Amino acid sequence: MTIRPTFLTLALLAVAPQVHAQDLLNVSYDPTRELYREVNEAFAQSWSDQGHDAARLETSHGGSGAQARAVIEGLDAQVVTLALASDIDKIAEAGKLPADWQARLPHNSSPYTSTIVFLVRAGNPKGITDWGDLTKDGVEVITPNPKTSGGARWNYLAAWAWAEANDRDPKAFVHDLFANVPVLDTGARGATTTFAQRGIGDVLLAWENEAWLAQQELGSDQFQIVTPSVSVLAEPPVAMVDANIKDDAQRELATAYLEYLYTPQAQAMAFAHYYRAWDDSQADPEDVARFPKMNLVTIEDLGGWAKLQPEHFGDGGIFDQIYAGP
Amino acid sequence: MTRRIWIARSPMPGRGLSAGITLSMLSAVVLLPIGALIWQGAQFGPSGLWDVINRPRVWAALWLSFRLAFLAAAFNLVFGTLLAWVLVRYRFAGRRLVDAAVDLPFALPTAVAGIALTTLYAPNGRLGGLAAQIGWKIAYTQWGIFLALVFVGLPFVTRTVQPVIEEIDTEVEEASATLGASRIHTIRRVILPMLTPAALTGFALSMARGVGEYGSVIFIAGNIPLKTEIAPLLIVIQLEEYNYDAAGAIGLAMLAISFVTLLAINLVQIWSRRRIGHV
Repeated sequence: MTIRPTFLTLALLAVAPQVHAQDLLNVSYDPTRELYREVNEAFAQSWSDQGHDAARLETSHGGSGAQARAVIEGLDAQVVTLALASDIDKIAEAGKLPADWQARLPHNSSPYTSTIVFLVRAGNPKGITDWGDLTKDGVEVITPNPKTSGGARWNYLAAWAWAEANDRDPKAFVHDLFANVPVLDTGARGATTTFAQRGIGDVLLAWENEAWLAQQELGSDQFQIVTPSVSVLAEPPVAMVDANIKDDAQRELATAYLEYLYTPQAQAMAFAHYYRAWDDSQADPEDVARFPKMNLVTIEDLGGWAKLQPEHFGDGGIFDQIYAGP
Repeated sequence: MTRRIWIARSPMPGRGLSAGITLSMLSAVVLLPIGALIWQGAQFGPSGLWDVINRPRVWAALWLSFRLAFLAAAFNLVFGTLLAWVLVRYRFAGRRLVDAAVDLPFALPTAVAGIALTTLYAPNGRLGGLAAQIGWKIAYTQWGIFLALVFVGLPFVTRTVQPVIEEIDTEVEEASATLGASRIHTIRRVILPMLTPAALTGFALSMARGVGEYGSVIFIAGNIPLKTEIAPLLIVIQLEEYNYDAAGAIGLAMLAISFVTLLAINLVQIWSRRRIGHV
């Protein structure tokens, strides 16, 4: 009977990444791949330039919720950079970082922000200009499932915010909106593929940075971006996972990494990757000028994640009621 | 104290070691995870379990998953057996290639299969475009799910039936013919009874695989609740909510239905074996 635990330990040792003080694992969500590739390279350089031993930075990407669950279940991430504050809250509930983590860094711990826009087919054949057009007959809307995709929760809440601002019954509006959704992908990239490669739907609800990326990769002759009158200010937050910090050297590295995200250099990179960052002092003016001024509602305006999450996306919540069935 | 013998003694050496390794491995990879699932459900309590399962959306997903897995397995039962027959009995150019290709659904990551099938059968895909002309939507409907399940389940039937066909001497068929049986009669009364137990095993494996299939289906299904939402996706949705209890409840329901289904298939198998009296 003593054999089994030994086997298990061996297996776990083989699977678990070996982390030294100068290693850092950043567990992030899907669309940040390109951004963090660039940030990691630049940070590693500046870290060595300051006279430290070379740091080995790794980033893992996936759905925000799945990534948070992996950290809760023991993935050895020193830093998390996820799509939703509520996902990091869950990690905090598991005791891996203090509950007030969001106050530890500027701007609610969100070094960059984004919003939700529409991507439509070239020439905008269905004449879609605002949220109200999405519930018309014959308009097909592509969005991932808010239950499985962090990004889709922002889509849903942006629609909700527009309905509230325009004196429409928000519950009825999101119901009608999702009645026009022919395919519910599980993640943001999947929805983009369905819309762009498979040719399904008339409008894709997308992160602003994903919409720009899709337009750039697939050609502006095929798609164009429509900015609705009201949208949400999406604040993807970052945090250090205290429980996974081995020693002071690693704490210093993780702290420096997160603070680096707020430096003018890193902020310029965020702008270049189509995020709305805060500090444009070193950013390419073209990258900054790209973003039209929008009426952006914050999560706090809508009531905060602690209230929104269970009310809308919890088991049996408002989103489930859309599909409650007969 | 009487010492109970768990595993009967055998003259072959290494009984203790091999049995120990087998049981440890079986525990680590099969029994413990399933035990954990049942334990999770047991802690949740029967009324809690029932509350999660007894919802229109969950019933719709379970019905969809099991119905389409059954239909896909039935399809594979017929065409997988036919394929095995062709591969064993006929010699044609590229036979080895086709034979190797049968295993591809095992080897290919299911996500790749799902994306490839979707590309082909989406309304703007090669085959999906043709189907769209006659008003037949394949991807993002139940047809798409059926297609994905046929794909992942096909090798199970072919690979279980193939060795049995190889064992059948053509003399048996010749004997049947010389005794005056028609070809149809030979197939029905001589060939099929010999193939039935293996084919049923393949059917059961194919169906079991289809019920739990996630990776390929989510790309082609459309995932609309009550219409094309499979049960494994509901489990993932509950996990996204950190709702381990509800995820476990749906998992348990699937486990229970699968168990009953596999048991039924086994009983049919035993019955068919008894009827033909050998194998």
